[in-house]
Amino acid sequence: MVSHKRFILNAKNLYSNWLNALGLLLVTIALFTAVFGDLLVPYSPIEMDLAHRLEPPSSLHIFGTDEFGRDILSRVVAGAKISLQAAFMILIVSAVTGFIVGCVAGLLGGWVDEVLMRVTDMFLAFPTFILAMAVVSAFGPSLRNTLIALSIVYWPNYVRVVRVRVLSLKEREYIMAAVCVGVRTLRLIVRHLLPNVLPILITQLTLDVGYVILSISALSFLGLGAQPPKPEWGAMIMDARNFIHDSWWFAAFPGLALALTCIGFNLLGDGLRNYLDPRLHT
Amino acid sequence: MGHHLARRFLMMILVLFGISIITFSLSRVIPADPAILIAGPRAGAEGLAKVRQQYGLDLPLWQQYSRYISGLLRLEFGQSFSSRRPVIEDIVEFLPATVELASFALGIAVISGISLGIISAIQQGGVFDDLSRLFAITGVSVPAFWIALLAQLLLYQHLGWLPFGGRISEGGTMPPAITGMLTVDSLLAGQLDTFWDSLRHLLLPALVLALEPLAILTRMTRTSMLEVMNETYIRTAHAKGLRERTVVVHHTLKNALPPIVTTIGLLIGYMMGGSILVESVFAWPGIGRYSAWAIVSADYNAIMGITLILAVIYLFTNLIVDLVCIQIDPRIRY
Repeated sequence: MVSHKRFILNAKNLYSNWLNALGLLLVTIALFTAVFGDLLVPYSPIEMDLAHRLEPPSSLHIFGTDEFGRDILSRVVAGAKISLQAAFMILIVSAVTGFIVGCVAGLLGGWVDEVLMRVTDMFLAFPTFILAMAVVSAFGPSLRNTLIALSIVYWPNYVRVVRVRVLSLKEREYIMAAVCVGVRTLRLIVRHLLPNVLPILITQLTLDVGYVILSISALSFLGLGAQPPKPEWGAMIMDARNFIHDSWWFAAFPGLALALTCIGFNLLGDGLRNYLDPRLHT
Repeated sequence: MGHHLARRFLMMILVLFGISIITFSLSRVIPADPAILIAGPRAGAEGLAKVRQQYGLDLPLWQQYSRYISGLLRLEFGQSFSSRRPVIEDIVEFLPATVELASFALGIAVISGISLGIISAIQQGGVFDDLSRLFAITGVSVPAFWIALLAQLLLYQHLGWLPFGGRISEGGTMPPAITGMLTVDSLLAGQLDTFWDSLRHLLLPALVLALEPLAILTRMTRTSMLEVMNETYIRTAHAKGLRERTVVVHHTLKNALPPIVTTIGLLIGYMMGGSILVESVFAWPGIGRYSAWAIVSADYNAIMGITLILAVIYLFTNLIVDLVCIQIDPRIRY
């Protein structure tokens, strides 16, 4: 497995493949839009203009307008911030929780490991989306509850990834040496384990951004996530459903933004994963 | 083997209990008062008290839970607030349609995905490999509900090739219900018109639902094949002078199968979530559309019942998949 120092130095090789470079480009555009988008948009995402409802794409409104006359381009750009912020929050909570639980389970072993893995299995027994749907329905539809639900549903995935890695690292000489010398557990985790778990964790996180964004949008599409007038991409597609027959642009552009963002993160994560796994290089 | 099965079985009981605890907790977390939901908004204090006593809502939590469990074992999931029928009846009515849709979608995904994955592995590094990687990534990145809407717009509204939704055209004759799947039943009954009609209705939803599983299976097959292709016994097979096809199918693919089969088990979980979205768009009368409707009408009994049933199905499916893996790969022994 690649150690963390080599991972950073050899990143240049990663982007020689055109697909990985494309992924990086798309991710950069998405992040840029999320961070700076609201400074650059021509109109307000929530201001209505009923005189210009459902107008097709034109020079005034590049993506057209929706059923309340709001500019779709501005709403799509605002939606980038909502989706990416939400996804990062969910993933950070899940990854940190998963890392802690995975480390504890992997390091301590024994009955602690068994109990933690059974609890993890209980959550993993549910199809992810179904459980998220149930949790949000129970708590009440809102974007905040969607974030909570997806964090609850998602952390078990990271426990597995981290635990497997910790179990294999536990047998390495440098870890055993550190334990012999008397390094305290916390320092062991932060200084020795974390840097070697980080590459695979980052890869998994990058791959999961797309999935989480799609889950948020799917829940919003069902009416469980972001509530109007929030310009969340899935909610916009739900609104567009009633008008799609005459106003294709209403559904097309939010969905396109969703697809391109996810493609970008998935290409990047896939490239990272291919790069880290030497067995795939024949 | 027997010892392993027994341990596995015990684990499953534990997990099943865990699932029921989670769904029970969720149903008690809801912001609305269940008594009001059951009795209706106009029931007086007396009516509410009666409902609370009847449904055991005034009992301590652990007693409520044991009532819940004994109800589940008798397949009582409560009554749907909107349809006013037992939830289990609703589920039994709508499940066959989803099984039909999911089976078709899975069939499409498995056959195409594995084929594409094999070709990508053989042609590693080539243009086909890069293109299939892009296709696979796109498949898991585009939202199913969006593709469904666009496909409907293109293929129904603009081209008129395929129907808008539903399982069968209006005025079509329903075949006698044997499996509950219209395509199979109409074939068995010899009603070829109905078969063709139901197939036309099935095609678009199945294709849209199959997209993500197809993409995942392509990548999984490619990865697994590549891992096996590096093994020394494959080089031996080539050195022996065996035909390429024999090496690929008989030696490489067979050994690459276990992770692929495991993935198929996980994909069934995806199908459950995906079916909610796809069935909503295509008005397919299955569990998915029932779930979407239950969500919109805040029918908590239905939602929790569906969640529980789907989790149990998912659990058993993955158990079967693991057993199949043990059968096909003698190296996996516990």
